Amino acid sequence: MIDFSIIAETWPQFLKGLQVTLLLLVIACASGFVLSVPLAVARVSPRRWLSGPVWLFTYVLRGTPLLVQMFMVYHGLAQFEAFRESFAWVAFKNPWFCAWLVFTLNTTAYTTEIFAGALRATPSGELEAARSLGMTEGAIYRRILLPGALRRALPQYGNEVVLMMHATAIASTVTLVEVTRVARDIYYNHLSATESFGVAALIYFVLTFSLAGLFKLIERRYLRHLRPTAAGVA
Amino acid sequence: MRRFISAAAVVLGLMAPAFAQNALRVGVEGNYPPFSQISPDGKLSGFDIDIANAVCAELKMTCTLVQQEWDGMIPALNAKKFDMIVASMTITEERKKAVDFSDPYYDVPSRWVGKKGAFTEATPASLKGKKIIVLRNSPRAKYVQDNFKDSEVLLVAKETEVYLELAAGRGDIGFGSSVVSGEAFLKKPEGANFQQVGAPVNLGGGGGGVGIAIRKDDAALRDKVNAALKTIRANGTYKKLADKYFDFDISGGA
Repeated sequence: MIDFSIIAETWPQFLKGLQVTLLLLVIACASGFVLSVPLAVARVSPRRWLSGPVWLFTYVLRGTPLLVQMFMVYHGLAQFEAFRESFAWVAFKNPWFCAWLVFTLNTTAYTTEIFAGALRATPSGELEAARSLGMTEGAIYRRILLPGALRRALPQYGNEVVLMMHATAIASTVTLVEVTRVARDIYYNHLSATESFGVAALIYFVLTFSLAGLFKLIERRYLRHLRPTAAGVA
Repeated sequence: MRRFISAAAVVLGLMAPAFAQNALRVGVEGNYPPFSQISPDGKLSGFDIDIANAVCAELKMTCTLVQQEWDGMIPALNAKKFDMIVASMTITEERKKAVDFSDPYYDVPSRWVGKKGAFTEATPASLKGKKIIVLRNSPRAKYVQDNFKDSEVLLVAKETEVYLELAAGRGDIGFGSSVVSGEAFLKKPEGANFQQVGAPVNLGGGGGGVGIAIRKDDAALRDKVNAALKTIRANGTYKKLADKYFDFDISGGA
C-alpha cells in the first residue's frame, strides 16, 4: 500500500533535490557541449599531435567508471597536503565544483566521440562540392562539416544527455543532496521503498520523458530534410 | 535437459545451508572502525563482528555476515535480508518503532574532534558559523541539528567520511560516533594535527547504549540473543574481546 501522507510530507525535499539534479545536468551538459565541439574537430584531424591527446583523453575517461572518477577527484586529491595548500583547493574543497568538473570531463569524452563519429560520416560528395567552390578549410568546417555532423549526431547526443541525467545520482556520494540522496534519506527515515525510491524513479522517468520529447522537437526542426516527404513516398 | 537438472541440483545443494534451521544471517556495516571494518585482506573485523560471532557461537548457530550500507540497514532487516543487525546501532525511541533491540552490548559517549588549537570547547556559541561534520540519519546528526542551530552542518553518508572530510578541511569540526572511532583517526598520520574537543557527550538522555536490532516479530530470537549476551559477559568472553580493542570499560555497566 502506498502511504500518500509520506509523499505529501516529503515532496518539498524531492523538489529541492530535483533542483540540484537539474542544475548539475545543465552545467555539466552545457560545458561538455562547448568543450566537445572543438575536441571532436581535433579528434578527426589527420595531425597526430592534435588527435592523439584527444584520443587518449576520451579513452581514459570512457575507460573508467564515473564513480571512481568522482572519488579520485573528491577524496583522492584531498589526500595530498600540498594540494590542499595550493590555490586550486579553494575550488576543489567545494563538492559542487568537484561534481561539475567530473561530470563535465566525463560527458565531454563521450560527446566528443559522438561528434567525431558524425564528422567522419560526412558524405564525401559534400566535401568535394565545397572544395570545388574554393572554400577554405575553416569555411568548410563552419558551413559544411559541423552543421551536418551536429545534425546527424542529434539522436545519439540526446541519449547521452539522458544518460548524464541518470549519472547525476553519483553526486549523492559527495554530500550533494539530489533526488537519489533525498530518496535514500526518506527510505531510512520512513523505512518504505515505494514512497522513497518509487517517487525518485517516477521523477527520473518524467525527466527522461521530457528530455526525449525535447530532443524529438529539436530533431524535427533540424533533421527535417531526412523525413520522408509526400513526393519521396510517391 | 539432464545437464540442466544436474546443474540445478548442484546450485540448490550449495544454497541448502542458507535455508537450514540453525543458520542466521547478520547485518553488519564495515565502515565503522574499530567496531566494524574491512581489513586489507578484505575480511570483516572489529568489535561488532567479534560480538556477532560470539553470540552465534553461544546460540550454536552458523552465522553468515551480510554487509549492508548504513542507511539501508533497518529496511533490510525488516525485508528479511538478514535476521539481526550488529552494527553499533544506538537504541533510540524512533528506531524502537521499527525494530526491537537486545540489551545494550556497549555504551560509549560521542566526541568532538577538531584541528589542534582551533577550539577549546564545543558549544553552540563557540561553533557559531562553523561547519560541523556528522553522519547523516544518526542520533548525532539530530543532536547537532537540534542544538547547534547557528552552525552549518555537513552530513556525510559513512562514519569514516566524518574524519575524511575533517582531514580534507571540508568542515571545521567533526562529531564522531564515539570516543573510540575518533581515537582511531587521531592515531593515524592523517589525524596528527587533530585533537578531541571538550568533554564526551552522552546522547539520548538516559544512555540507551548500543544494541543488536531484531525484527519485531522475532521475540524468540531476541530472548535467545539476550541470554547469549548475558552468558558471554559472565564467562569472560566479552571482556576478552573488549580488551582487544579498548583500554577502558565500554560495557555500559550491565
